[in-house]
Amino acid sequence: MSITLFQARKIITMNPSRPLATHVAVRDGRILGAGTPEELACWGPYRLETRLADKVLMPGLVEGHSHLMEGVFWRFVYCGWFDRRDPDGRVWAGAKSLQEVFERLQRAQAALADPARPLTGWGFDPIYFDNRRCVREDLDRVSTTRPVGMIHASGHIINCNSVALAAVGWLRTGIDHPGVPLGADGMPTGELKGPEAMMLVSERLGLDRGTLAGDQTGLRMFSRLCVRAGVTTATDLASPLPDEALPMLQATTAADDFPTRIVPLLRLMGAPEPTVQRAAALRAQSSDRLRLGRVKIVADGSIQGFSARLRWPGYVNGAPNGLWYLAPQQLQQALALALQHGVQVHVHTNGDEATDAVLDGMEQALQAHPRPDHRFTLQHCQLADAAQFRRMRALGLCVNLFANHHYYWGDEHYRLTVGPERATRMNACATALASGVPFAIHSDAPITPLGPLFTAWCAMHRLTASGRVLGEHERIGVADALRAITLGAAYTLKLDGEVGSIECGKRADFCVLDDDPLAVPSMQLKELPVWGVVQDGRIFAASELPTG
Amino acid sequence: MEPVPVTVIGGFLGAGKTTLVNHLLRQSGGQRIAVLVNDFGDLPIDDALIEAREGNLLRLAGGCVCCSFGSDLLDALRQLRNLLPAPQHVLLECSGVALPAAVARTLTLLPGLPLDAVLVLADAETVRERAADRYVGELVLQQLAEADLIVLNKCDLVDPAALSELQSWLAQRAPRARQLSCSHGGLDPTLLLDIGRAGSRASGHLGGPALRAPPAADTLFDSLSLEFDHAVDPARLATALADPSLPLLRAKGLLRDAAGHWSALQLVGRRSTIGPLAHPPALPRLVCIAARGALDAPSIRALLAHCAV
Repeated sequence: MSITLFQARKIITMNPSRPLATHVAVRDGRILGAGTPEELACWGPYRLETRLADKVLMPGLVEGHSHLMEGVFWRFVYCGWFDRRDPDGRVWAGAKSLQEVFERLQRAQAALADPARPLTGWGFDPIYFDNRRCVREDLDRVSTTRPVGMIHASGHIINCNSVALAAVGWLRTGIDHPGVPLGADGMPTGELKGPEAMMLVSERLGLDRGTLAGDQTGLRMFSRLCVRAGVTTATDLASPLPDEALPMLQATTAADDFPTRIVPLLRLMGAPEPTVQRAAALRAQSSDRLRLGRVKIVADGSIQGFSARLRWPGYVNGAPNGLWYLAPQQLQQALALALQHGVQVHVHTNGDEATDAVLDGMEQALQAHPRPDHRFTLQHCQLADAAQFRRMRALGLCVNLFANHHYYWGDEHYRLTVGPERATRMNACATALASGVPFAIHSDAPITPLGPLFTAWCAMHRLTASGRVLGEHERIGVADALRAITLGAAYTLKLDGEVGSIECGKRADFCVLDDDPLAVPSMQLKELPVWGVVQDGRIFAASELPTG
Repeated sequence: MEPVPVTVIGGFLGAGKTTLVNHLLRQSGGQRIAVLVNDFGDLPIDDALIEAREGNLLRLAGGCVCCSFGSDLLDALRQLRNLLPAPQHVLLECSGVALPAAVARTLTLLPGLPLDAVLVLADAETVRERAADRYVGELVLQQLAEADLIVLNKCDLVDPAALSELQSWLAQRAPRARQLSCSHGGLDPTLLLDIGRAGSRASGHLGGPALRAPPAADTLFDSLSLEFDHAVDPARLATALADPSLPLLRAKGLLRDAAGHWSALQLVGRRSTIGPLAHPPALPRLVCIAARGALDAPSIRALLAHCAV
């Protein structure tokens, strides 16, 4: 059994007993120890690996809330406002005007030979274009022969052209649906809002649910993005995990050149019993790089979409309260059942009323089925106040806060959705820390780009896209931020005994950096170059990843 | 493709939606009913009735089908539109947290699935408690307010005085909806399904057993069947019949207008629709159903005369 001794400029272990080291010994994909070469010689002869000698190592980063969809989107045309790096490492400049967006689509369509083939864009965000709505006539200028459409950065809206509407029988009057706005002619404008309004056109654009949930190409693309972001363990939150997709997931993740540990959560739909039982059964199908057996529940919608459930006094613009995706009674039953069967649950809540429903539901469910160390986790939980964090602590809940959201939509929340005070407390990392609630922070990729170092930067500075510091008292320091994207996220997945720090017995998963995150000016953390990763002891340099 | 009318059945968890749907399936009187449910979990379908399973679709004896839609209602509706033979009526059971009016609007996304009525069930024993619930109170009230017809279920569990008080409360909360009471979801299918064609689709005539007054054993309703020879303004008649002063639960008219065109008027609770009529009868007809004692025959006759053209 061969031992590899990785030499580095500095190793930030996140192990409190030995926070820093220069060498780490690895055997069979696991860590024998971190220390000096002299100390590590106790394990026997080793091969010294010097490729990383001038790099800084951290534990492999853990993304606790992302979607494989991030890897699927890159087969389409990127139409976002922000610069974004694709799985091949190429940075796509943001399109800074509507005109630029249309030109980009026109160029892409000119390159397509088949005049009937659909053309699909993603990442579109008209907030940055003075909210001028894109209408079907705009996209008719791109093509009148093929379906053309763009899905918004939020993932909740599609704009399409007339051909796409005609293809689904919607170039007509008589549609009366809140997700399908009509023009003066009584026909759809080409803007389709919400899953139901989007569904039919999605299928014509290659954006159908099955594909977005992640095919093999998407999974591989996703893993390359992970390497470029220093991520070695990433969740898919959540997936329908159909039986027919399992062999693909198992085979793809088991390949020698697959660089990421994937943790897919099974989405609860309908009655809780079958989902909880299936999750429990799936656990046995796990492998080292595919961790199954957890459930995701969605309790409400989104704050910027006004579909999150808010407590009094509700939305600042007077919008009606949002939607329950399942009734609090059903939520409580599902939690109780999962506690009974020992299946871990992550619950999406955005609004503070939805968070209350989970807290109340957990309180009751735990009385019926006490389970120490359950680590049920609130996902997003953006609007929680300090009292709710204290209840999380009392009930043994973890939280994964949406730090990136603050940067991308914080200004909207301040101005439009919840008003200044509550916008200031959103994604309250400092309160989570002070309350003793185990916490992580996340990107929700592809809603925002995968990149835990950027996520850490967001939690440290709480800057919005316009440059406002939104909630200076909720900022956290670099040590806490780096912990949140390693051990913090690992803890919410009950994987903190295996990953999240560099110490004896754990997986040899490292994030390889060109510079020291503890030493660079903190404003530069988001630009810190990631060289690649080591995963299960295998080196993956971002610059050497396969492309295309 | 001929339009297939859809009844949307809403109501909070435990109101008895599934029991009602199951009851209607058993009492379909030979109509090909398609039932859409959130998931099959709670629908106790007798195995002997199931002829085939095709994914999320069950084919039942007698031409009825049952389809679960999970998170994808539109897809399930599309599936139903493509079924052969086509169903004659769709019963769409909403999830307990859905707003039935929103579900009804989904129907406009596909052609050929006109809304027949929004029916909302309420559990007579618990609805007021639910309506005061911190989390779902608003939702329960909203569901009720969106109803064309409120079915107060489990009335056997409350005493008459409480029931009457509950009915007044409901009338205040949902002033536009008609109300009716039942137990164990035992609603006469005549009230929801097409009263003119149960079992006799091909004839296109009003007639057959479903046209007659509901069975004698059922003393909950009164009905009135009129045959006349004059033309009427269908829109005016529809508006008049839907007026709350005339608390009709259900009506169907086969009408001829001044120009000699025939149309079918359907009314369920407060909602009325006018559609084309492919096979006109010899003479125009009108059938009205109301709760027992609430059928005002003289007024209906007067209206009919008033709408003559």
